[in-house]
Amino acid sequence: MQHDDVIWDLIGNDSFCSYKVKTKTQQFCRNEYNITGLCNRSSCPLANSQYATVREEKGLCYLYMKVIERAAFPARMWEKVKLDRNYAKALEQIDENLIYWPRFIRHKCKQRLTKITQYLIRIRKLTLKRQRKLVLLSRKVERREKRREEKALIAAQLENAIEKELLDRLKQGTYGDIYNFPIHAFDKAMEKQEEETESEEEEDEEEPVTREFVADDGFEESDLSDFEDMNNLKGSSDEEEEAEEESSEEEESEEELEEEKTKAQSKGKAPLKGPIRKKRAYVEMEYEQETEPAQKSKAT
Amino acid sequence: MFRSYEDHSKWCVTQKRQKMDSNEATTSESVSKKRGKTKKVKRKVKPDEAPVQEMDQAEGEETEKKSVSGPCFPPTFSVSEIKNKQRRHAMFLKLKEEKRKQKLELKKKKKKERKALGDQAPPKEVPKTIENQRIYDETTVNPEDEEVAFDEGTDEFSAYFSRLTNPKVLITTSDRPRGRTVRFCEQLATVIPHAHVYYRRGLALKRVIPQCVSRGFTYVMVINEDRKVPNGLVLCHLPDGPTAHFKVSNVRLRKEMKRRGKDPTEHVPEVILNNFSTRLGHSIGRLFAALFPHDPQFVGRQVATFHNQRDFIFFRFHRYIFKNEKKVGIQELGPRFTLKLRSLQKGTFDSKFGEYEWVHKRHEMDSSRRKFHL
Repeated sequence: MQHDDVIWDLIGNDSFCSYKVKTKTQQFCRNEYNITGLCNRSSCPLANSQYATVREEKGLCYLYMKVIERAAFPARMWEKVKLDRNYAKALEQIDENLIYWPRFIRHKCKQRLTKITQYLIRIRKLTLKRQRKLVLLSRKVERREKRREEKALIAAQLENAIEKELLDRLKQGTYGDIYNFPIHAFDKAMEKQEEETESEEEEDEEEPVTREFVADDGFEESDLSDFEDMNNLKGSSDEEEEAEEESSEEEESEEELEEEKTKAQSKGKAPLKGPIRKKRAYVEMEYEQETEPAQKSKAT
Repeated sequence: MFRSYEDHSKWCVTQKRQKMDSNEATTSESVSKKRGKTKKVKRKVKPDEAPVQEMDQAEGEETEKKSVSGPCFPPTFSVSEIKNKQRRHAMFLKLKEEKRKQKLELKKKKKKERKALGDQAPPKEVPKTIENQRIYDETTVNPEDEEVAFDEGTDEFSAYFSRLTNPKVLITTSDRPRGRTVRFCEQLATVIPHAHVYYRRGLALKRVIPQCVSRGFTYVMVINEDRKVPNGLVLCHLPDGPTAHFKVSNVRLRKEMKRRGKDPTEHVPEVILNNFSTRLGHSIGRLFAALFPHDPQFVGRQVATFHNQRDFIFFRFHRYIFKNEKKVGIQELGPRFTLKLRSLQKGTFDSKFGEYEWVHKRHEMDSSRRKFHL
């Protein structure tokens, strides 16, 4: 026989029920047929022989009913009624099926149906929106990528690359006349001078009769002073000339400059060797002698 | 144990001598013969073992004379066969030391030979680097290639490069960005001229894009965030340009930079694109180039660099100053980050039905360490 009160005594307040979840303020019931989810005398499906719930399966709502007549047949205990998809019609169906049932159960069933339909609508709305796709990261791959990035960064030598690129752009003249470095002007003056000497030499060659002592090809007075500086300047001026587009006239001056450069270097080497070569490689040597330490200590 | 100080000192001296002998024995004598006894000889010198050591000493000296470089081991010996960890470690260190010595000797010899030969010496060997050993990519662009030039004249960026359009960039994030991402967006907006930051309010990109087109934007940049840190970038060229998806890493905001300069000004920066050599690299390079307006204002002396190294694109923003014609000083302002291309899709953003020009497939493309695609 079904004695609800006895059952409630056994599992109810302050007793053990396997579906019960206790928190500080409240008790919940984990039974899947529970209509409210709380552990109460009126909402416990085990302690009520006449009971009804609404449950949802794959987007469809069903009404489950339990009556005392079927209490002896656990396999057939719950009667499952499919509710209409239309919310209003489903409410009517509940009313129809639970006619003459206690008010509490009817009310709670309808409330549950409402909640279920609301969350089903929400699910449908969300699936239409953009969904976040979680992409799995492989830890091994991530570590490998990180290491490769570090190595690539070291290999890139970014500062050097950027500086080089900027200097190349400067040489090519993309910056126009913004940057006026004094060396530029000096080089231009040098080029002008060479042109003048060239033209002078040509004139001399055309007059073979009168004797004149003429300067050698590529000799200039400024050659004598400051070998080192001249090397640097001429080196830079060489580059400058190569970068600029030039007419064939100045090709001769280029060759002359190169000869001058080699001559200047050969001239410059002799004095330079002296002051630089004062340092000599030397090796420090340590000598160790094995002494008898005990004797010393004994003396004290 | 020790009767007097004198005895102790004498004992110490004998210890030392025997230790030196034992050292010789251990180094010269093969370990395989006396494995069990080498360490014992070092630690506790017993007078019993003295005669044994003398014998070993004699043998040791002989073998030492024969092999100058070090101990000779039977050819099948390897350090890993010793079971005792300490001994194994010691043997390994010794082995390393020997190898190092041999290497140094070889180096010295080579140097001498080179000096002796003078001019006739063979050319210096160039060390192998990953860049040297890179597998040749058949899509590497030849500067004079006509086909490439033709393609570039007629692709989606031709409008920009023929100066018909000016860039206008929209920067946004994924949903609910955290502080770091927001600041990153703001700093990017200062670096890229004509850039506007908009808050994404859960809008779908597919709806955002037609609106941007109608308002005259040329680029949409979406910075994806994960765990409070930006980790992805979707760069979409607007009228119907390609969409590139990058992985972002190592983001450094302005205040985290060491020795940085003042904030960047409103001048249009110059752009440097380094090492984009293949066809794919070229198209990505143009993608970056079209972000910035055409005529850089040299007065501002600012430069944005996209440097590709081994498929990683490093972005830096500097201010430069020419000290003289051979020296330039650069000072880093602005954020820095690294990008790695994940996919390039023709057309605007459409992840499901878009036509992908290039997708990074890990198992195919990451198998060789010398193969790079950009």
